[in-house]
Amino acid sequence: MKVKKGRIFLDDLDRKILEILMSNARLTYTEIGKKLGVAHSTVYERIRKLEENGVIKKYTAIIDLDKLGFKPTTAFVTIYSDPKESENIARKLAKSKNVLEVLISLSEEFLIIAKVIAENQEKLHSFIVNSIAPLPGVLRVRTAIITKKIKELSSTFNM
Amino acid sequence: MEFRGKPLREIPKEKAFYFFTSIGNYTGEKAHSLHEFLEKVKEIDIKSLEFHLYRGDFEKWIREVLGIRELAEKMDEIQKLNLRGETLRTLIYETVSRFTKERGQT
Repeated sequence: MKVKKGRIFLDDLDRKILEILMSNARLTYTEIGKKLGVAHSTVYERIRKLEENGVIKKYTAIIDLDKLGFKPTTAFVTIYSDPKESENIARKLAKSKNVLEVLISLSEEFLIIAKVIAENQEKLHSFIVNSIAPLPGVLRVRTAIITKKIKELSSTFNM
Repeated sequence: MEFRGKPLREIPKEKAFYFFTSIGNYTGEKAHSLHEFLEKVKEIDIKSLEFHLYRGDFEKWIREVLGIRELAEKMDEIQKLNLRGETLRTLIYETVSRFTKERGQT
């Protein structure tokens, strides 16, 4: 990995290490080294630099909520907003525990897209009524409730 | 007759009535008073009236936020008629309109 004028450049080895970590972050340096044919010390050094430079933000666990008997309602909520208030709306949403992701789109209209989770559909609706609709600048809201998840990845290099 | 609310008084935005057409789908229309509510009933998508009436949202808002038990009970009675479409809109409009006129609050 090289840093030039604040920009980070990864080489093939960095990318391969990241791909392995994205599928299993609990592998040891030795295990990763064996898979890639390099020494564990090389893997350690690469990962340390990736962490220090913020390429690896954190290591986290993906919990299967079904196994805990918790089947929440997840929805993608699209908020059509006044462009002057959009940043404020997005920041307020980002603070909520019910909101997993907040994205901004500038396609034809100014849109805020939020991935929202709630205990059930009724609580999802209450959240939108009480915490989204009253925010200044919210023009209208469209909600798509997720009924089935086919694939989930946090990121990828294979585009 | 119980009437402890002030239907024409503006209420805070967080207590306004927000019109949805289904779960999570907000039309962008809201009412901060009974007068505004009546105006919205005239023109809002009929799906919104059907959605809220049959969830008991109108009855709840009129009772709990505006504090008008009598009108809330009338909403409950309309709900039991199981009407749809423009007939429903007319009945809700006339009921609320009559209520406000009877009290000289048009």
